[in-house]
Amino acid sequence: MPDPKLDLLQGTLDLMVLQTLAAMGELHGYGIARRIEQISGDTILLNQGTIYASLVRLQNRGWISAEWGVSDNNRKAKYYAITRSGRKQLARDAADWQRLSDVMGRVFAQSPEGAE
Amino acid sequence: MISSIRAALARTRAFLNKPIGDADLEQELSSHLDFAIEENIQRGLSPEEARRHAFIRFGGVQQSREQQRAARGLPALDILMQDLRYTLRTLRRDRGFTFIAILILALGIGANIAVFSVVNTLMLRPLPLRDPARLLWIGPKVFDGNWSAATYSIDAWQELRERNRSYQDVGGYFAFSSPDNIKLMGHGDPRPATGIMVTDNFFQVLGVTPSMGRLFRASESLPGAPNVTVLSNAFWRRQFHADPNIIGAPIDIGGGQTMTVIGVLPPSFDFGAVFAPGTRADLFTPMNYDQVRQWGNTITLIGRLTPRATLGQARGEAALLFPKLDFRKDHPEYKENYSAYPTPLKEYVSGKLHRSLIVLWSAVGLILLIVCVNLSNLLLARAAARTKEFALRGALGASRGRIIRQLLTESLLLSGVGSLFGLVLAFAITFWLRHQSSIALPLLNDVRVDGTALLWTVLVAVATAVLFGLAPGFRMSSNDLQESLKDTGGHGASDGRRHERLRAVLVISEVALACVLLVGAGLLLRSFLRVLNVDLGFQPAYAASIKVDYNDGGDINKRGAILQNILTRISAIPGVEHAGTSDNLPLERNRCWGIPHLKGVDQSHIQGQCALVYIVTPGYLPALGVPITGRDFNWGDGPLAPQPDPKKPLPPPDGKHYSEPVIILNESTARHLFPNGDAVGHVIEAASSDMRIIGTIPDVHLTSVEGPPDSQVYYPATQQEPEGAELVIRSKVPPEQLASTVLHTLREINPGQAAVPLRPIQSLVDHAVSPRRFFVLLVGTFAALGLLLAALGIYGVISYSVTRQTLEIGIRMALGATAARVQFGVIFRTMRLALIGIVVGAVMSLIVASLISAMLFNTAPTDPATFAVMVALLTVVAILAGYIPARRASRVNPMVALRGN
Repeated sequence: MPDPKLDLLQGTLDLMVLQTLAAMGELHGYGIARRIEQISGDTILLNQGTIYASLVRLQNRGWISAEWGVSDNNRKAKYYAITRSGRKQLARDAADWQRLSDVMGRVFAQSPEGAE
Repeated sequence: MISSIRAALARTRAFLNKPIGDADLEQELSSHLDFAIEENIQRGLSPEEARRHAFIRFGGVQQSREQQRAARGLPALDILMQDLRYTLRTLRRDRGFTFIAILILALGIGANIAVFSVVNTLMLRPLPLRDPARLLWIGPKVFDGNWSAATYSIDAWQELRERNRSYQDVGGYFAFSSPDNIKLMGHGDPRPATGIMVTDNFFQVLGVTPSMGRLFRASESLPGAPNVTVLSNAFWRRQFHADPNIIGAPIDIGGGQTMTVIGVLPPSFDFGAVFAPGTRADLFTPMNYDQVRQWGNTITLIGRLTPRATLGQARGEAALLFPKLDFRKDHPEYKENYSAYPTPLKEYVSGKLHRSLIVLWSAVGLILLIVCVNLSNLLLARAAARTKEFALRGALGASRGRIIRQLLTESLLLSGVGSLFGLVLAFAITFWLRHQSSIALPLLNDVRVDGTALLWTVLVAVATAVLFGLAPGFRMSSNDLQESLKDTGGHGASDGRRHERLRAVLVISEVALACVLLVGAGLLLRSFLRVLNVDLGFQPAYAASIKVDYNDGGDINKRGAILQNILTRISAIPGVEHAGTSDNLPLERNRCWGIPHLKGVDQSHIQGQCALVYIVTPGYLPALGVPITGRDFNWGDGPLAPQPDPKKPLPPPDGKHYSEPVIILNESTARHLFPNGDAVGHVIEAASSDMRIIGTIPDVHLTSVEGPPDSQVYYPATQQEPEGAELVIRSKVPPEQLASTVLHTLREINPGQAAVPLRPIQSLVDHAVSPRRFFVLLVGTFAALGLLLAALGIYGVISYSVTRQTLEIGIRMALGATAARVQFGVIFRTMRLALIGIVVGAVMSLIVASLISAMLFNTAPTDPATFAVMVALLTVVAILAGYIPARRASRVNPMVALRGN
């Protein structure tokens, strides 16, 4: 039986979107969602629809910009790109995330009491 | 930081451009799904499967939309808009309720704002002068309306100015100016104006700066200085049509004299509103000190404290300094033994009114409370009808908080709209008040709905909304869902007991509050009627007065002849019964001389006491309707022999005999001197000479209607120096009809007679009692409003319970209950509610009555008649309010009622 899927932590989706845009350049909503799914394998429970709330949140903060464009197969789609302040924010958040992850790693590395 | 500001801006923008954002999102979502379907088809799925998979992977489309909207715009505001739309819809459906609710709120809130504006102007806001907290009124500790005891001589003022350490400066004004004491010539008929003499530094002390021109200089108070004047702003607008070139213009004041206008005061300064409520001051002239010095105690003093001095210091200094001040420097033997107890000017102006204002404020607060209770009641009735609606919303997932929020939105909307109409009402009331120049209340001209009042409105509106919205809100939202949904429509007999009990408590408290208001207003009204019934000592009915101009050139013989001629001509007018002049009228300007005493009796114990002095002609007392024991003055009471008097020596009569000095006393003064009541015929000492008492009169109320009678003496105008002449005419002909004939006759005698009105003497009384009338009117109106609201409350509850019990009544009638029996049952229930309320209210009224006892006049706080009448009134109104639903109940057709369910 496969492992149950992970619920997304609050705020992590925003970070994933930012990182995806930083790595891939301009993408539309569907593209971003697909990319996150691919990267995560099948470990994350992501309803693709939730990505739009995240996108508008990031856009409101000025970390990403959006523009209507036309896809390769001639479909109208809204393309998102990361902005300069978005990149800065990403760097800060990534560092924080890294630190938290290190701490969590150390916390879990402790041996259970009396297990020696 | 920047990003969150940007986010807030973006959210607001998105909130305002909702359709654009929504369209954008829709397109984005549909292209997303298209991408997904396309990809799925490429992976080899059938179009249907591809579509199904795309939707599965997407998740809930509607949820996604909602989430995106919440992240995009302002969700709290969205909910508010939703609630508002919903509220508007339900209120529009329930027009009757909405109309009544808003009407009640508008009345309650409007009355509150209006009264707050009055309280704010008179009590809370500083006086409209510069740094008014440092201004002191320098007068006696207790001021009883006797102006001579509250004023000081020029010498005393000048000494005070030099010797004090507490004040930056002390100024003053002449306290004995009579209205219309100046005639303006050169505009056709002479026009009357009221001039006030002030010390040269008066306006500087008050901190009033002219809006045009300049103020007085010290040199302009010296003898021989050119006549100059400063105009009040209102007078400049009225009389000179706001002429911008008025500075330097001469004003013809008759007798070949002119005054030059040197300044115009700012519109913010209204002398009458501050110092002499209910009167107007048109122009100001500098006091001629050498002239005024002769007139004794005539100036009212106002001091401005130095920045470091305190009120306590000023009082301490006054206690030491005032007894040393000279009355007349050139006559050190005239001992005046001054005293003074400086009071903050604001307290002097409106301090006496504080109690009344607080009562007024409380009354209007009670009204608001009754309004809240009433609305809670109405909302509860509505709640009962809406139980299912809210139960349904609860079942569909609305949280309790969400439902309370919806209800609060409703009450806030109601109170908001109510406040708007209330504001309009308050603007109207304050506008009306500003133009009530005849009410003797200070600062009325300044009453307006200002920023503070607006803030107060918001506060009141929100508090009201929470008060009347919260109780029903909690009640409704806590209803048992299942019960409510199951309930088939609530026509059962025992249904809604809880509702009814709460509503009954509300109605009882409403009746109790209304009872308090009614009893309070009743006591005040009774006091007012008692005041109107006071035996004034004169008969204002059928008497009228007009200010007469004459020129005797200071010759006492000429004066006698002139006055006699005037009175003969006036008496000849058909319908005139009596006519006579006096320099002062009752309840107006007054002055005080040393009290009369027995000859050769030690007077040290009466030092400082004084008697009000009226210098009159024969016929004056009968014209005023004052009966005389003994005789009236007659024209035979002629000039006196010259005497060693510091006052102006009288010229010898041309070959006539000198007359005996005569005096008329009032009852109290006469009895004080001659306890056996045989005063007439005795000779006493008054005004520094021997006087024969030729008559006594009942005590006339001269300084106030409500106060005790004053010591008073009357001298003939042919023996003493009158200050002007007020002609009093007694006639059954109404003054309006008489006025033109009288003025015409006076013009014939003296073409310089100013066009002044013939005033009914009653207007003096009206003016004196106007503050009490004002308060009684307001409190009475509030009480009537309270009664109406209580009646509405009772009607609402009883009527509602009758509707709910239609079935029960139907059954009872089907079983044989008569219509009368049903009707009695309903009225009995009404009476039970009302009586509990009345008993509670009566007990509360006793407490309130003892609190306002100081405002009552000859009325006990427990006045049984007032209590009985008010309780009876409330009972009758309660029965009426219950009778209408009772009648409806008795007309229930059992067949219809039983079938209806």
